[in-house]
Amino acid sequence: MGPVNAPVAAAIDIDHLQVSYGSQQVLHGVSLTVQPGEFIAILGSSGCGKTTLLRTIAGFQKASGGAIRLFGRDVVAMPPEKRGMAMMFQSYALWPHMTVLGNVGYGLRLRGVGKDEIRARVAGVLKMLNLSGLEDRKVTNLSGGQRQRVALGRALAIEPDILLLDEPLSNLDAKVRIQLRSEIKALQNRLGFTAIHVTHDREEAMTMADRIVVMDAGRIAQMGTPKEVFDRPNSPFVASFMGAENTIHLDVRSNSAGVEVQAGPGPSIRWDGEVPVGPVTAYFRDDVASLDAPDARRDGSIVLPGTITQRTYPGGHYRYVVAIGDRHFTVTDDDYHELDRPVGLRLPLASLHLFPSESKGENHA
Amino acid sequence: MTGNLHTLPSASGHTRLRNLRAEAPSASGARFWSFGGTVLKILGLAVFAFLLFGPLANLVLWSVAERWYTPFKLPVSYGTRYWEVVFRPTGDAMSSLMTSVSIACLTVLVALAVSVPAGYALARLKLPWRTALMILFLLPQAFPSVAIYINVARVFYSLGLTGTITGVVLVHAAHGLVYSVWIAAAAFAAVDRDLELAARNIGASPLRTFFTITLPLAMPGIMASAIFVFLESLDEFTGTFFVGVPQVTTLPLLLYNASMGGNYQIASITALILLVPSVLFMIVIERFLKADVLSKVGQ
Repeated sequence: MGPVNAPVAAAIDIDHLQVSYGSQQVLHGVSLTVQPGEFIAILGSSGCGKTTLLRTIAGFQKASGGAIRLFGRDVVAMPPEKRGMAMMFQSYALWPHMTVLGNVGYGLRLRGVGKDEIRARVAGVLKMLNLSGLEDRKVTNLSGGQRQRVALGRALAIEPDILLLDEPLSNLDAKVRIQLRSEIKALQNRLGFTAIHVTHDREEAMTMADRIVVMDAGRIAQMGTPKEVFDRPNSPFVASFMGAENTIHLDVRSNSAGVEVQAGPGPSIRWDGEVPVGPVTAYFRDDVASLDAPDARRDGSIVLPGTITQRTYPGGHYRYVVAIGDRHFTVTDDDYHELDRPVGLRLPLASLHLFPSESKGENHA
Repeated sequence: MTGNLHTLPSASGHTRLRNLRAEAPSASGARFWSFGGTVLKILGLAVFAFLLFGPLANLVLWSVAERWYTPFKLPVSYGTRYWEVVFRPTGDAMSSLMTSVSIACLTVLVALAVSVPAGYALARLKLPWRTALMILFLLPQAFPSVAIYINVARVFYSLGLTGTITGVVLVHAAHGLVYSVWIAAAAFAAVDRDLELAARNIGASPLRTFFTITLPLAMPGIMASAIFVFLESLDEFTGTFFVGVPQVTTLPLLLYNASMGGNYQIASITALILLVPSVLFMIVIERFLKADVLSKVGQ
């Protein structure tokens, strides 16, 4: 997105933010800078502190240390109503005793906007969200997708500089979710607000965000564009969180031209990539593996001999389970193969994420 | 009214039942037994109805009985003379009805003034002595009321509160607080936190949030608690007796005096009047007390 060292103040500048619930520390010094107009996704499994981070930015949760600056203004001690942002909740958090107009117009009413103007501006917001004509409907009579659109409208009606999204799509059907995903993204492009989106859905984060922040146990594990985080995870945790959940152990020895990589008893492969030397664990996604002859030798790839133990046809291609020793890997192939046939599982070294074996990534083996 | 268990409150029910009993022995064989089963069911229902409606029917009878003495199972002569006595604008009954209703309304106001903030605090704040506080409001109900009210009367006497409406309202409010605080706390606890945060988030102050979001959403529960307090106050006898007598005469006190004085007609009419708000409120209260609130009572 925008230039990293822009002269204007960052929309959100979080500096060593710490949060504790009682004696239990939830955020261990999180630092994050978000440029105006940027869409950030905070990705992590439940309990990693991502929702706490968002709620602390919103002011619902007190920080025990660190600073939060919005456009250069420190808000860490400010109550939520003074921070000037808007939030979408997982539970929609629409007020059931009000109509759509009452919900969407609430922020405008607080700001002393006249009745007629509220009606006009709410109509504008609803039109933008394809909800025209629903002003006087009770929010309890709306579908899930419509409710979350109303919640989005309520947040956007006050024209916030910053929009916080707390897993707003996770209660919706898959179809509505994908539709709303692109609607929110399109609105963000059009209106130019800064957004922080908390989610545990990798695909959602990848498709919506300019930058992804992966969190683990109250710390930021990695930040970067979706492509950077996906292609170059910096730790076994991020690698497996981004879908590279298969592991194999390899031996890497340096030689004159580069390195030699050896898998188990098989032949070693010469390679010139940047890899750690010594015993390493390779993390890879199912889709980087392919089938080959069991004794094939390919440049830049390792081939592991094994046998096919299972075959399914999910449509378009066959999916095989290949047993290598006592390990099983899933691989797809266009051709039909018999069960129990010896095959080679070919893994291009460039697509593997290699980390020294001593790391805690062993958990994922 | 006693002795004949099969008497139904209405005259038509009474005769129908008697016809059935007359027919039953004349039938024979299987027909007799199946018919007997039906009769048993009807008898069972009749007993049940009698237990429910018998005392009420007795009240209704007494309220229209001008003369009714011992050997007769039903009143000797009927009339609405006592209704006229009760509803005469200058009568004791009307003035004590007014007293009762105004005391009940004031009690509701006092109880709400305590229970709305207390209920909100109990529901939302992390109070260290939360359970102890909840139980504190239960205390006026937990001990023998006569013992408590004698002492209350003594204290109130030294404060000059005996025989005043204020004194009676305070006693009723203390009595009703357990309902109003517990139900209000449950009503506030049933309001989703995110709904308040959503308002704060887009710029509402805590006070504004309370009055535009929290209070309206908790209102059904608070209305229910107000109704309970109103009914409790209307029916309250012991506290009024010790604190209010002789200057303050509520309907239950009038009823007590009338029945002690042998004036069953006045007592019955008073009881029927007392019954009206209870029945009305019981019909509407079901709309106010939702399951999500009820499940949080006392938590």
